Amino acid sequence: MSLVRSNFTVLLLVAAVFLGAPPGGNARAQNDALTIAAASDLSFALQEASDNFEKQTGHRVRLSLGSSGSFYSQIQNGAPFDIFFSADIEYPKKLEEAGLAEPGSLYPYATGRIVLWVPAGSALDIARLGMKALLDPAVEKISIANPRHAPYGRAAVTALEKAGIYEKISGKLVLGENISQAAQFVASGNAQAGIIALSLAVSPAMRDNGRYFVIPTTDYPPIDQAAVILKSSSKKEIAAAFLAYLRGPEGAALMKRYGFTLPEPPGKK
Amino acid sequence: MNWNAFALSLRLAASVTAILLVLGLPLAYWLARLRWRWKFLLEAVVALPLVLPPTVLGFYILVMTGPRTWIGRLYENWSGSTLPFTFAGLLVASVLYSMPFAVQPFAAGFAAVDARLIEAAAVYGAGSWKTFARVVLPLSVSSVVTGAVLSFAHTLGEFGVVLMVGGNIPGVTRTVSIDIYDSVQSLDFRSANQTALVLLLFSFGLLSATYAWNRRAAGALLEGGIRP
Repeated sequence: MSLVRSNFTVLLLVAAVFLGAPPGGNARAQNDALTIAAASDLSFALQEASDNFEKQTGHRVRLSLGSSGSFYSQIQNGAPFDIFFSADIEYPKKLEEAGLAEPGSLYPYATGRIVLWVPAGSALDIARLGMKALLDPAVEKISIANPRHAPYGRAAVTALEKAGIYEKISGKLVLGENISQAAQFVASGNAQAGIIALSLAVSPAMRDNGRYFVIPTTDYPPIDQAAVILKSSSKKEIAAAFLAYLRGPEGAALMKRYGFTLPEPPGKK
Repeated sequence: MNWNAFALSLRLAASVTAILLVLGLPLAYWLARLRWRWKFLLEAVVALPLVLPPTVLGFYILVMTGPRTWIGRLYENWSGSTLPFTFAGLLVASVLYSMPFAVQPFAAGFAAVDARLIEAAAVYGAGSWKTFARVVLPLSVSSVVTGAVLSFAHTLGEFGVVLMVGGNIPGVTRTVSIDIYDSVQSLDFRSANQTALVLLLFSFGLLSATYAWNRRAAGALLEGGIRP
Protein backbone atom coordinates (compact mmCIF):
# COMPACT_ATOMS: atom_id res chain seq x y z
CA MET A 1 0.00 0.00 0.00
CA SER A 2 2.65 2.48 1.03
CA LEU A 3 4.76 1.24 -1.86
CA VAL A 4 1.93 1.93 -4.26
CA ARG A 5 1.43 5.35 -2.83
CA SER A 6 5.07 6.30 -2.81
CA ASN A 7 5.40 5.02 -6.37
CA PHE A 8 2.56 7.29 -7.30
CA THR A 9 4.38 10.18 -5.64
CA VAL A 10 7.46 9.38 -7.67
CA LEU A 11 5.37 9.24 -10.84
CA LEU A 12 3.94 12.66 -10.08
CA LEU A 13 7.40 14.06 -9.49
CA VAL A 14 8.75 12.40 -12.61
CA ALA A 15 5.94 14.03 -14.54
CA ALA A 16 6.74 17.36 -12.91
CA VAL A 17 10.36 17.08 -14.00
CA PHE A 18 9.68 16.09 -17.55
CA LEU A 19 6.74 18.32 -18.36
CA GLY A 20 9.28 21.08 -18.78
CA ALA A 21 9.28 21.03 -22.57
CA PRO A 22 7.79 24.10 -24.21
CA PRO A 23 4.42 23.59 -25.84
CA GLY A 24 5.07 22.90 -29.47
CA GLY A 25 2.63 21.90 -32.17
CA ASN A 26 -0.56 22.10 -30.19
CA ALA A 27 0.12 25.67 -29.09
CA ARG A 28 -1.96 26.94 -31.97
CA ALA A 29 -4.76 24.47 -31.39
CA GLN A 30 -5.20 25.72 -27.83
CA ASN A 31 -4.40 29.35 -28.41
CA ASP A 32 -7.09 30.52 -26.05
CA ALA A 33 -5.19 29.15 -23.05
CA LEU A 34 -2.74 31.09 -20.91
CA THR A 35 0.64 29.38 -21.08
CA ILE A 36 2.80 29.56 -17.99
CA ALA A 37 6.40 28.42 -17.64
CA ALA A 38 7.16 27.79 -13.99
CA ALA A 39 10.03 26.60 -11.85
CA SER A 40 9.29 23.11 -10.64
CA ASP A 41 9.09 24.07 -6.96
CA LEU A 42 5.77 25.65 -7.94
CA SER A 43 4.35 22.40 -9.43
CA PHE A 44 1.70 21.84 -6.80
CA ALA A 45 0.98 25.43 -5.77
CA LEU A 46 0.50 26.73 -9.30
CA GLN A 47 -1.55 23.72 -10.32
CA GLU A 48 -4.05 24.57 -7.60
CA ALA A 49 -3.91 28.28 -8.39
CA SER A 50 -4.53 27.57 -12.08
CA ASP A 51 -7.53 25.36 -11.32
CA ASN A 52 -9.05 28.10 -9.17
CA PHE A 53 -8.28 30.78 -11.75
CA GLU A 54 -9.92 28.69 -14.47
CA LYS A 55 -13.03 28.20 -12.39
CA GLN A 56 -13.34 31.87 -11.56
CA THR A 57 -12.51 33.48 -14.89
CA GLY A 58 -13.13 30.76 -17.46
CA HIS A 59 -9.65 31.31 -18.90
CA ARG A 60 -7.77 28.10 -19.33
CA VAL A 61 -4.23 27.75 -18.06
CA ARG A 62 -1.50 25.45 -19.32
CA LEU A 63 1.44 24.86 -17.00
CA SER A 64 4.93 23.95 -18.18
CA LEU A 65 7.15 22.93 -15.29
CA GLY A 66 10.91 22.71 -15.40
CA SER A 67 14.08 24.39 -14.35
CA SER A 68 14.29 28.17 -14.48
CA GLY A 69 17.56 28.02 -16.43
CA SER A 70 15.99 25.91 -19.19
CA PHE A 71 13.05 28.24 -19.52
CA TYR A 72 15.35 31.24 -19.60
CA SER A 73 17.24 29.75 -22.55
CA GLN A 74 14.01 28.73 -24.25
CA ILE A 75 12.42 32.17 -23.85
CA GLN A 76 15.52 33.80 -25.31
CA ASN A 77 14.92 31.55 -28.29
CA GLY A 78 11.30 32.50 -28.70
CA ALA A 79 9.40 29.97 -26.58
CA PRO A 80 5.69 30.91 -26.67
CA PHE A 81 4.98 31.49 -22.98
CA ASP A 82 2.82 34.23 -21.50
CA ILE A 83 4.21 34.29 -17.96
CA PHE A 84 7.51 33.01 -16.61
CA PHE A 85 7.73 32.10 -12.91
CA SER A 86 11.40 31.78 -12.09
CA ALA A 87 12.89 30.31 -8.93
CA ASP A 88 15.72 32.81 -9.31
CA ILE A 89 14.91 36.49 -9.67
CA GLU A 90 18.03 36.97 -11.82
CA TYR A 91 16.49 35.34 -14.89
CA PRO A 92 13.39 37.60 -15.11
CA LYS A 93 15.65 40.58 -14.44
CA LYS A 94 17.88 39.58 -17.33
CA LEU A 95 14.85 39.12 -19.58
CA GLU A 96 13.67 42.57 -18.62
CA GLU A 97 17.08 44.04 -19.44
CA ALA A 98 17.09 42.25 -22.77
CA GLY A 99 13.70 43.74 -23.62
CA LEU A 100 12.01 40.33 -23.69
CA ALA A 101 9.76 41.00 -20.70
CA GLU A 102 6.87 43.42 -20.46
CA PRO A 103 8.31 46.50 -18.70
CA GLY A 104 7.08 46.89 -15.13
CA SER A 105 5.54 43.42 -14.99
CA LEU A 106 8.28 41.94 -12.77
CA TYR A 107 6.60 40.58 -9.67
CA PRO A 108 8.67 39.08 -6.83
CA TYR A 109 6.03 36.55 -5.81
CA ALA A 110 7.77 34.69 -3.04
CA THR A 111 10.88 33.70 -1.19
CA GLY A 112 11.57 29.98 -1.32
CA ARG A 113 12.62 27.92 1.67
CA ILE A 114 14.54 24.67 1.93
CA VAL A 115 14.04 21.69 4.20
CA LEU A 116 15.93 18.52 4.99
CA TRP A 117 13.55 15.70 4.01
CA VAL A 118 13.70 11.99 4.85
CA PRO A 119 11.27 9.18 3.87
CA ALA A 120 8.69 8.11 6.46
CA GLY A 121 10.49 4.90 7.44
CA SER A 122 13.83 6.59 8.02
CA ALA A 123 15.55 6.17 11.39
CA LEU A 124 17.33 9.52 11.12
CA ASP A 125 16.46 11.88 13.96
CA ILE A 126 16.33 15.06 11.92
CA ALA A 127 14.12 16.84 14.44
CA ARG A 128 16.88 16.67 17.06
CA LEU A 129 20.06 16.60 14.98
CA GLY A 130 19.04 18.82 12.07
CA MET A 131 21.65 18.83 9.31
CA LYS A 132 24.09 16.83 11.48
CA ALA A 133 21.81 13.82 10.95
CA LEU A 134 23.38 13.58 7.49
CA LEU A 135 26.61 12.34 9.11
CA ASP A 136 24.86 9.07 10.01
CA PRO A 137 26.56 6.17 8.18
CA ALA A 138 23.15 4.93 7.02
CA VAL A 139 23.04 7.93 4.70
CA GLU A 140 24.63 6.84 1.45
CA LYS A 141 23.12 9.35 -0.94
CA ILE A 142 21.83 12.87 -0.36
CA SER A 143 19.85 14.47 -3.14
CA ILE A 144 19.98 18.19 -3.83
CA ALA A 145 19.20 20.27 -6.92
CA ASN A 146 22.18 20.97 -9.16
CA PRO A 147 23.90 23.98 -7.54
CA ARG A 148 25.39 24.92 -10.88
CA HIS A 149 22.10 26.24 -12.17
CA ALA A 150 19.34 25.75 -9.58
CA PRO A 151 18.96 28.34 -6.81
CA TYR A 152 17.65 25.65 -4.44
CA GLY A 153 20.82 23.68 -5.07
CA ARG A 154 22.99 26.68 -4.26
CA ALA A 155 21.00 27.28 -1.07
CA ALA A 156 21.45 23.61 -0.11
CA VAL A 157 25.22 23.76 -0.58
CA THR A 158 25.46 26.97 1.46
CA ALA A 159 23.38 25.43 4.25
CA LEU A 160 25.59 22.32 4.25
CA GLU A 161 28.69 24.52 4.46
CA LYS A 162 27.15 26.54 7.24
CA ALA A 163 26.45 23.33 9.17
CA GLY A 164 30.15 22.49 8.71
CA ILE A 165 29.47 19.14 7.05
CA TYR A 166 29.78 19.90 3.34
CA GLU A 167 33.33 18.51 3.05
CA LYS A 168 32.36 15.31 4.83
CA ILE A 169 29.28 14.51 2.77
CA SER A 170 30.07 16.00 -0.66
CA GLY A 171 30.88 12.52 -1.98
CA LYS A 172 27.33 11.43 -1.19
CA LEU A 173 25.56 14.14 -3.13
CA VAL A 174 23.40 13.25 -6.10
CA LEU A 175 22.20 16.15 -8.20
CA GLY A 176 18.67 16.52 -9.44
CA GLU A 177 18.23 18.40 -12.69
CA ASN A 178 15.78 20.62 -10.82
CA ILE A 179 14.28 20.64 -7.34
CA SER A 180 11.45 18.27 -8.30
CA GLN A 181 13.92 15.65 -9.43
CA ALA A 182 15.90 16.05 -6.22
CA ALA A 183 12.63 15.41 -4.36
CA GLN A 184 11.84 12.44 -6.56
CA PHE A 185 15.25 10.85 -5.84
CA VAL A 186 14.58 10.87 -2.11
CA ALA A 187 10.83 10.17 -2.29
CA SER A 188 11.58 6.98 -4.24
CA GLY A 189 13.97 5.91 -1.47
CA ASN A 190 16.99 5.90 -3.75
CA ALA A 191 18.55 8.67 -1.70
CA GLN A 192 18.24 8.43 2.10
CA ALA A 193 17.85 12.17 2.58
CA GLY A 194 17.36 15.22 0.44
CA ILE A 195 17.37 18.98 0.67
CA ILE A 196 14.27 20.09 -1.15
CA ALA A 197 11.86 22.99 -1.38
CA LEU A 198 9.43 23.43 1.50
CA SER A 199 6.72 23.90 -1.13
CA LEU A 200 7.24 20.30 -2.29
CA ALA A 201 7.55 18.87 1.23
CA VAL A 202 4.12 20.23 2.19
CA SER A 203 2.46 19.21 -1.08
CA PRO A 204 -0.27 16.56 -0.85
CA ALA A 205 1.90 14.13 -2.82
CA MET A 206 4.79 14.21 -0.34
CA ARG A 207 3.61 15.30 3.07
CA ASP A 208 2.41 11.86 4.20
CA ASN A 209 5.45 10.01 2.88
CA GLY A 210 8.17 11.61 4.94
CA ARG A 211 9.32 14.05 7.60
CA TYR A 212 11.22 17.27 7.24
CA PHE A 213 13.37 19.69 9.18
CA VAL A 214 13.02 23.33 8.17
CA ILE A 215 16.50 24.73 7.64
CA PRO A 216 16.80 28.17 9.29
CA THR A 217 16.63 30.96 6.70
CA THR A 218 19.75 32.49 8.26
CA ASP A 219 21.78 29.53 6.97
CA TYR A 220 21.46 30.32 3.27
CA PRO A 221 20.95 33.36 1.05
CA PRO A 222 17.29 34.14 0.37
CA ILE A 223 15.84 32.36 -2.64
CA ASP A 224 14.14 35.35 -4.18
CA GLN A 225 11.72 34.32 -6.86
CA ALA A 226 9.95 36.45 -9.42
CA ALA A 227 7.56 36.30 -12.34
CA VAL A 228 7.37 38.39 -15.50
CA ILE A 229 4.89 38.70 -18.32
CA LEU A 230 6.69 38.14 -21.58
CA LYS A 231 6.75 40.77 -24.27
CA SER A 232 5.82 38.25 -26.94
CA SER A 233 2.62 37.30 -25.11
CA SER A 234 -0.63 37.89 -26.93
CA LYS A 235 -2.63 37.55 -23.73
CA LYS A 236 -1.09 40.19 -21.51
CA GLU A 237 -4.40 41.14 -19.88
CA ILE A 238 -5.21 37.57 -18.87
CA ALA A 239 -1.62 37.17 -17.68
CA ALA A 240 -1.94 40.31 -15.56
CA ALA A 241 -5.22 38.98 -14.16
CA PHE A 242 -3.48 35.76 -13.17
CA LEU A 243 -0.73 37.64 -11.35
CA ALA A 244 -3.38 39.80 -9.67
CA TYR A 245 -5.14 36.64 -8.51
CA LEU A 246 -1.91 35.37 -6.94
CA ARG A 247 -1.38 38.73 -5.27
CA GLY A 248 -4.94 38.80 -3.95
CA PRO A 249 -6.02 37.36 -0.60
CA GLU A 250 -6.94 33.93 -1.99
CA GLY A 251 -3.74 33.52 -3.98
CA ALA A 252 -1.61 34.80 -1.12
CA ALA A 253 -3.18 32.32 1.30
CA LEU A 254 -2.61 29.51 -1.17
CA MET A 255 1.06 30.39 -1.65
CA LYS A 256 1.53 30.62 2.10
CA ARG A 257 -0.05 27.21 2.55
CA TYR A 258 2.57 25.79 0.16
CA GLY A 259 5.37 27.18 2.29
CA PHE A 260 6.27 30.26 0.29
CA THR A 261 7.14 33.30 2.33
CA LEU A 262 5.41 36.20 0.64
CA PRO A 263 7.33 39.34 -0.26
CA GLU A 264 6.72 42.25 2.06
CA PRO A 265 4.27 44.88 0.80
CA PRO A 266 6.18 47.70 -0.92
CA GLY A 267 5.15 50.22 1.77
CA LYS A 268 7.01 48.35 4.51
CA LYS A 269 10.39 48.02 2.86
CA MET B 1 35.37 21.07 -22.51
CA ASN B 2 35.09 18.28 -20.02
CA TRP B 3 37.28 15.35 -21.02
CA ASN B 4 36.33 13.52 -17.86
CA ALA B 5 32.71 13.25 -18.95
CA PHE B 6 33.81 12.29 -22.45
CA ALA B 7 36.03 9.51 -21.08
CA LEU B 8 33.17 8.28 -18.90
CA SER B 9 30.82 8.12 -21.88
CA LEU B 10 33.41 6.21 -23.93
CA ARG B 11 33.88 3.75 -21.08
CA LEU B 12 30.14 3.28 -20.77
CA ALA B 13 29.65 2.84 -24.52
CA ALA B 14 32.52 0.36 -24.80
CA SER B 15 31.21 -1.69 -21.86
CA VAL B 16 27.68 -1.72 -23.26
CA THR B 17 28.94 -2.83 -26.68
CA ALA B 18 31.01 -5.63 -25.15
CA ILE B 19 28.05 -6.86 -23.10
CA LEU B 20 25.72 -6.67 -26.08
CA LEU B 21 28.16 -8.70 -28.18
CA VAL B 22 28.29 -11.40 -25.54
CA LEU B 23 24.54 -11.46 -24.89
CA GLY B 24 23.21 -10.17 -28.19
CA LEU B 25 24.99 -12.49 -30.66
CA PRO B 26 23.58 -15.74 -29.20
CA LEU B 27 20.20 -14.10 -28.63
CA ALA B 28 20.05 -12.84 -32.21
CA TYR B 29 21.20 -16.19 -33.63
CA TRP B 30 18.61 -17.99 -31.58
CA LEU B 31 15.92 -15.53 -32.68
CA ALA B 32 16.94 -15.73 -36.32
CA ARG B 33 16.70 -19.55 -36.34
CA LEU B 34 13.68 -19.84 -34.06
CA ARG B 35 10.54 -21.35 -35.59
CA TRP B 36 7.84 -20.73 -33.04
CA ARG B 37 4.28 -19.50 -33.19
CA TRP B 38 4.85 -16.81 -30.59
CA LYS B 39 8.20 -15.63 -31.89
CA PHE B 40 6.71 -12.24 -32.72
CA LEU B 41 6.24 -11.61 -28.99
CA LEU B 42 9.98 -12.04 -28.37
CA GLU B 43 10.77 -9.79 -31.32
CA ALA B 44 8.43 -7.16 -29.91
CA VAL B 45 10.14 -7.32 -26.51
CA VAL B 46 13.55 -6.82 -28.09
CA ALA B 47 12.27 -3.88 -30.14
CA LEU B 48 10.46 -2.20 -27.23
CA PRO B 49 13.26 0.21 -26.29
CA LEU B 50 13.00 1.68 -29.80
CA VAL B 51 9.53 3.01 -29.14
CA LEU B 52 9.43 3.50 -25.38
CA PRO B 53 10.60 6.89 -24.18
CA PRO B 54 13.63 6.85 -21.88
CA THR B 55 11.37 8.15 -19.13
CA VAL B 56 9.62 4.77 -18.95
CA LEU B 57 12.84 2.81 -18.58
CA GLY B 58 14.27 5.41 -16.21
CA PHE B 59 11.16 5.38 -14.08
CA TYR B 60 11.13 1.58 -13.83
CA ILE B 61 14.79 1.42 -12.92
CA LEU B 62 14.39 4.13 -10.31
CA VAL B 63 11.39 2.50 -8.69
CA MET B 64 12.01 -1.21 -9.26
CA THR B 65 15.68 -1.35 -8.34
CA GLY B 66 15.41 1.09 -5.45
CA PRO B 67 15.70 -0.06 -1.84
CA ARG B 68 11.93 -0.52 -1.53
CA THR B 69 11.65 -3.62 -3.69
CA TRP B 70 12.99 -7.13 -3.20
CA ILE B 71 14.94 -6.84 -6.46
CA GLY B 72 16.61 -3.70 -5.15
CA ARG B 73 17.34 -5.25 -1.76
CA LEU B 74 18.70 -8.43 -3.31
CA TYR B 75 21.05 -6.43 -5.49
CA GLU B 76 22.02 -4.19 -2.57
CA ASN B 77 22.90 -7.19 -0.39
CA TRP B 78 25.03 -8.58 -3.17
CA SER B 79 26.82 -5.45 -4.33
CA GLY B 80 26.57 -3.07 -1.39
CA SER B 81 24.54 -0.37 -3.10
CA THR B 82 21.39 0.00 -5.16
CA LEU B 83 21.51 0.53 -8.91
CA PRO B 84 20.52 4.18 -9.34
CA PHE B 85 23.34 6.74 -9.14
CA THR B 86 26.01 4.13 -9.96
CA PHE B 87 27.97 3.25 -13.09
CA ALA B 88 26.50 -0.26 -12.88
CA GLY B 89 23.04 1.29 -12.95
CA LEU B 90 23.84 3.21 -16.11
CA LEU B 91 25.28 0.02 -17.58
CA VAL B 92 22.11 -1.99 -16.93
CA ALA B 93 19.92 0.81 -18.26
CA SER B 94 22.06 1.31 -21.35
CA VAL B 95 22.27 -2.39 -22.20
CA LEU B 96 18.48 -2.61 -22.13
CA TYR B 97 18.07 0.65 -23.97
CA SER B 98 20.56 -0.18 -26.73
CA MET B 99 19.52 -3.83 -27.08
CA PRO B 100 17.53 -3.42 -30.34
CA PHE B 101 20.36 -1.44 -31.94
CA ALA B 102 22.56 -4.50 -31.58
CA VAL B 103 20.19 -7.45 -31.80
CA GLN B 104 18.15 -6.30 -34.81
CA PRO B 105 21.12 -5.87 -37.19
CA PHE B 106 22.67 -9.09 -35.85
CA ALA B 107 19.47 -11.06 -36.42
CA ALA B 108 18.94 -9.55 -39.88
CA GLY B 109 22.49 -10.54 -40.84
CA PHE B 110 22.07 -14.09 -39.55
CA ALA B 111 18.71 -14.51 -41.27
CA ALA B 112 20.28 -13.51 -44.58
CA VAL B 113 22.83 -16.33 -44.45
CA ASP B 114 21.84 -18.99 -46.97
CA ALA B 115 20.25 -21.85 -45.03
CA ARG B 116 21.85 -24.35 -47.43
CA LEU B 117 25.30 -23.35 -46.23
CA ILE B 118 24.26 -24.05 -42.65
CA GLU B 119 22.82 -27.42 -43.67
CA ALA B 120 25.98 -28.23 -45.59
CA ALA B 121 28.09 -27.46 -42.53
CA ALA B 122 25.87 -29.79 -40.52
CA VAL B 123 26.17 -32.52 -43.13
CA TYR B 124 29.95 -32.27 -42.90
CA GLY B 125 29.66 -32.83 -39.18
CA ALA B 126 30.12 -29.32 -37.80
CA GLY B 127 28.37 -28.75 -34.47
CA SER B 128 26.08 -25.79 -34.07
CA TRP B 129 28.75 -23.72 -32.30
CA LYS B 130 31.29 -24.48 -35.03
CA THR B 131 28.71 -23.69 -37.73
CA PHE B 132 28.01 -20.37 -36.06
CA ALA B 133 31.66 -19.46 -35.61
CA ARG B 134 32.99 -20.68 -38.98
CA VAL B 135 30.08 -20.15 -41.37
CA VAL B 136 27.40 -17.80 -40.06
CA LEU B 137 29.55 -15.22 -38.29
CA PRO B 138 32.04 -14.66 -41.16
CA LEU B 139 29.14 -14.25 -43.62
CA SER B 140 27.33 -11.71 -41.46
CA VAL B 141 30.32 -9.83 -40.15
CA SER B 142 29.20 -6.50 -41.58
CA SER B 143 25.84 -6.78 -39.77
CA VAL B 144 27.67 -7.59 -36.57
CA VAL B 145 29.93 -4.58 -36.97
CA THR B 146 26.92 -2.39 -37.77
CA GLY B 147 25.09 -3.61 -34.64
CA ALA B 148 28.13 -3.08 -32.45
CA VAL B 149 28.79 0.41 -33.78
CA LEU B 150 25.14 1.43 -33.53
CA SER B 151 24.88 0.30 -29.91
CA PHE B 152 28.15 2.08 -29.13
CA ALA B 153 26.98 5.29 -30.78
CA HIS B 154 23.52 5.06 -29.24
CA THR B 155 24.99 4.70 -25.76
CA LEU B 156 27.36 7.59 -26.39
CA GLY B 157 24.38 9.78 -27.24
CA GLU B 158 22.14 8.53 -24.47
CA PHE B 159 20.56 11.24 -22.38
CA GLY B 160 17.09 10.69 -20.94
CA VAL B 161 17.74 7.51 -18.98
CA VAL B 162 21.00 8.86 -17.61
CA LEU B 163 19.30 12.07 -16.57
CA MET B 164 16.65 10.09 -14.73
CA VAL B 165 18.74 7.55 -12.85
CA GLY B 166 22.26 9.01 -12.87
CA GLY B 167 22.16 11.75 -10.27
CA ASN B 168 24.87 13.70 -12.12
CA ILE B 169 27.92 12.49 -10.16
CA PRO B 170 31.22 13.60 -11.75
CA GLY B 171 33.27 10.64 -12.96
CA VAL B 172 30.51 8.15 -12.14
CA THR B 173 27.31 9.16 -13.89
CA ARG B 174 27.95 12.59 -15.43
CA THR B 175 28.18 11.49 -19.05
CA VAL B 176 29.02 13.79 -21.93
CA SER B 177 25.37 14.41 -22.82
CA ILE B 178 24.57 15.40 -19.22
CA ASP B 179 27.64 17.61 -19.15
CA ILE B 180 26.47 19.45 -22.27
CA TYR B 181 22.99 19.83 -20.80
CA ASP B 182 24.50 21.20 -17.57
CA SER B 183 26.56 23.73 -19.48
CA VAL B 184 23.52 24.92 -21.43
CA GLN B 185 21.50 25.13 -18.21
CA SER B 186 24.09 27.27 -16.52
CA LEU B 187 24.33 29.39 -19.69
CA ASP B 188 27.92 28.32 -20.26
CA PHE B 189 27.41 28.15 -24.02
CA ARG B 190 31.16 28.15 -24.72
CA SER B 191 31.76 24.90 -22.91
CA ALA B 192 28.54 23.40 -24.33
CA ASN B 193 29.69 24.34 -27.83
CA GLN B 194 33.11 22.79 -27.45
CA THR B 195 31.87 19.51 -25.98
CA ALA B 196 29.02 19.27 -28.48
CA LEU B 197 31.40 19.82 -31.39
CA VAL B 198 33.81 17.15 -30.17
CA LEU B 199 30.92 14.71 -29.75
CA LEU B 200 29.52 15.58 -33.18
CA LEU B 201 32.85 15.10 -34.95
CA PHE B 202 33.61 11.89 -33.09
CA SER B 203 30.20 10.37 -33.86
CA PHE B 204 30.37 11.43 -37.49
CA GLY B 205 33.84 9.95 -37.82
CA LEU B 206 32.77 6.70 -36.23
CA LEU B 207 29.69 6.28 -38.43
CA SER B 208 31.50 7.26 -41.64
CA ALA B 209 34.25 4.78 -40.92
CA THR B 210 31.68 2.05 -40.33
CA TYR B 211 29.71 2.74 -43.49
CA ALA B 212 32.90 2.98 -45.54
CA TRP B 213 34.07 -0.33 -44.13
CA ASN B 214 30.68 -1.91 -44.77
CA ARG B 215 30.75 -0.76 -48.38
CA ARG B 216 34.17 -2.28 -48.90
CA ALA B 217 33.00 -5.52 -47.29
CA ALA B 218 29.89 -5.62 -49.51
CA GLY B 219 32.05 -4.90 -52.56
CA ALA B 220 34.33 -7.78 -51.67
CA LEU B 221 31.33 -10.09 -51.42
CA LEU B 222 29.96 -9.02 -54.80
CA GLU B 223 33.31 -9.72 -56.46
CA GLY B 224 33.11 -13.23 -55.14
CA GLY B 225 35.75 -12.40 -52.63
CA ILE B 226 34.53 -14.61 -49.82
CA ARG B 227 37.67 -16.12 -48.50
CA PRO B 228 37.54 -19.78 -47.60
